[in-house]
Amino acid sequence: MKNGRVVKGVKFRDHEIVGDIVELARRYCETGADELVFYDITASPDGRSVDRRWVTEVAAVLDIPFSVAGGIRNIADAEDILNRGADKISINSPALQRPNLISELANRFGCQCVVIGIDSFERNGEYHVFQNTGDPEKTSDTGFATATWLTRAISLGAGEIVLNCMNMDGVREGYDTRQLANLRTNCEIPLVASGGAGSMQHFANVFSDANVDGALAASVFHKRLIDIPELKHFLKAANIDVRI
Amino acid sequence: MVDSPVAIIDSGGANIASLRFALQRLDADSVLTTNTNVIRRAKHVILPGVGAAASAMHKLQKTGLDEVIPKLQQPVLGICLGMQLLADGSDENDANCLNIFAGSATKLPGSVSHPVPNMGWCPLKILQSNPLLSGIYDGAHFYFLHSYALPVRGSTLASATHMGDFAAVIAERNFYATQFHPERSGSAGSRLLKNFLEIGQ
Repeated sequence: MKNGRVVKGVKFRDHEIVGDIVELARRYCETGADELVFYDITASPDGRSVDRRWVTEVAAVLDIPFSVAGGIRNIADAEDILNRGADKISINSPALQRPNLISELANRFGCQCVVIGIDSFERNGEYHVFQNTGDPEKTSDTGFATATWLTRAISLGAGEIVLNCMNMDGVREGYDTRQLANLRTNCEIPLVASGGAGSMQHFANVFSDANVDGALAASVFHKRLIDIPELKHFLKAANIDVRI
Repeated sequence: MVDSPVAIIDSGGANIASLRFALQRLDADSVLTTNTNVIRRAKHVILPGVGAAASAMHKLQKTGLDEVIPKLQQPVLGICLGMQLLADGSDENDANCLNIFAGSATKLPGSVSHPVPNMGWCPLKILQSNPLLSGIYDGAHFYFLHSYALPVRGSTLASATHMGDFAAVIAERNFYATQFHPERSGSAGSRLLKNFLEIGQ
């Protein structure tokens, strides 16, 4: 999200407007999405917090869980979002800058509210965590190996990990199942795959090959390339436990 | 003051807004309160909760609600932590709870293929029919978000599985509870809340 509209980019760049937040939330909820994630991609790089009136509006229409990401730097930010009806808060760059924020949030709200988003980028066969990925000008390599940061985030009290495979984002060539399967072996909290979904088979692959708990996608749904009810019947036929 | 048909007991959790919105979608007015008179007079009472059992019990004790809740006569629905608060206790910090449901909440076992917290959509196995589950089919998915759970007992209406079965829905006299979040469980969850509001009408 950027300035009250839903946007989508390719590899975290060149964002185009997709639609109104509440309308889109309602459409996804009605067509059978199991969970929604709202990223305010402009928040962290600008050093400001999200404009939160929309959280209440979204909470009023949704009967599925949703999380909010973007610029949550302290307990007060998180509390405001949760009080407005969000089920989880998702932290990315602020947790890299101050890892103890994860513990503070987990102690105050319970770890089930605390999602850690990790933007992982592969270069020369090594996966590193990147920060401030909402703004190409400010995006930088933190130097952390993705697996090391994942373990640290879990030990600090993360309740769920959303792993964004930056190399695959928006290009619709499939999830990075190799990376996800490797990380899965050290992740005893829910792991959600993000980045790369282009076909229904990609969803089936990431569930069966990487044993993830959820698969997140944006462009294929925003551009109506994949129909959610059709996807869920496809997964069910592939023996993956899904809510129909 | 006009009595609100639904009193939501404020046990200090942060996820109350989603419950109030879910009730609103069913045209039910609700009030979030710790006022014992408002709670006693409500047609229906809901005890939600997120977080740790001990701190939620402490909050109920401070307002005397630990004495009031077990004596309520109208339909009462515990949700998530609220379900565990209605039981004997919880292993989480050895909390003593309200002793309405037999059994104590224990920590879910975990593994890479069964992560804890259990966060997500799980199918229900319906064990007994009850007006609370009217129109809800065996195998319907509900949204769970928890690390502790109660064992399956005689009062269990439905169970779910996470490396073993646990109680997902309980009924005991006028007390009902769900380990999942009906307010975040799509149309099946909405149906369950509607069923609850119709009990005693």
